[in-house]
Amino acid sequence: MDPVAFKYLGAGLACIGMGLAAMGVGNIFGNFLSGALRNPSAADGQFARAFIGAALAEGLGIFCLVVALVLLFT
Amino acid sequence: MASPIEQFQIKPIIPAIGFTNSSLFMVGAAALIVGGLMFASRKRAVVPGRSQSIAEMLHEFVAGTLKDATGAEGMKFFPLVFSLFMFVLTANLLGMIPGFFTVTSHVIVTFALALLVISTIVIYGFMKHGTHFLGLFVPSGVPGWLLPFIVVIEIISFLSRPISLSLRLFANMLAGHIALKVFAGFVVSLLAAGGAFAFLAPLPLLMAVALMAFEFLVAFLQAYVFTVLTCIYLNDALHPGH
Repeated sequence: MDPVAFKYLGAGLACIGMGLAAMGVGNIFGNFLSGALRNPSAADGQFARAFIGAALAEGLGIFCLVVALVLLFT
Repeated sequence: MASPIEQFQIKPIIPAIGFTNSSLFMVGAAALIVGGLMFASRKRAVVPGRSQSIAEMLHEFVAGTLKDATGAEGMKFFPLVFSLFMFVLTANLLGMIPGFFTVTSHVIVTFALALLVISTIVIYGFMKHGTHFLGLFVPSGVPGWLLPFIVVIEIISFLSRPISLSLRLFANMLAGHIALKVFAGFVVSLLAAGGAFAFLAPLPLLMAVALMAFEFLVAFLQAYVFTVLTCIYLNDALHPGH
């Protein structure tokens, strides 16, 4: 196989990591929501923390996207 | 059909001084913030009018975020944090207008902002705490045999902060705008295919509208996340040692 094909395969494989990051972000917001429904009065105070966790989890998925973009466009 | 990443192309406007469309939108965002806030606070009324309440809401929002993360002594960084939040938010929202250039979709811009934050933290941390600032890398209550590994991990996590801070904002804006362009491209190619395919063309258009609404949320959210993480990192400079 020629190297260009491997480049596109690598970009596709890198995108698997984005799916895993999606699971992480979903996990954070799912748990936040189930906690918020149990104790709605405490939910507002923890809102920023949920977003920080989501941002950190999402950042790792973003690295995969950057790897894919670097493979595709350089 | 144009490639989805053509919208991020930088074109020189005044080549002699290196003024590009990116610089134009940065100047535009700064002018919009300064002009808008000056217009909003021109009366300085005790009972705020419409524009003044918007400015006060933005101020209270950022001040609350900063105070929650760093306490009262972090408020001396308020001008920095407020400028960062307003600039990122305005640049993101300006980019949402069709045909406009998104400044924050270029990694060099966001990396410059992240580097500004991190160098502020490092310089201020060493000025205020001296070598005690290095206590940031040594968490308390860790067993001795584990300490070398923890210190290495803490140093790596500190060094990756500017990279993750800038890449998060950049990649979110980039990916969102590419997705919008790709769905808009589906409409064009379905219409060009003609026949039964042309009847399917409204479907990607609806998706593009939904994505547009989602992108407005992301534009605000990423500005907020950038600000919150800046506040948390500033807290490390103010109170090093866990």
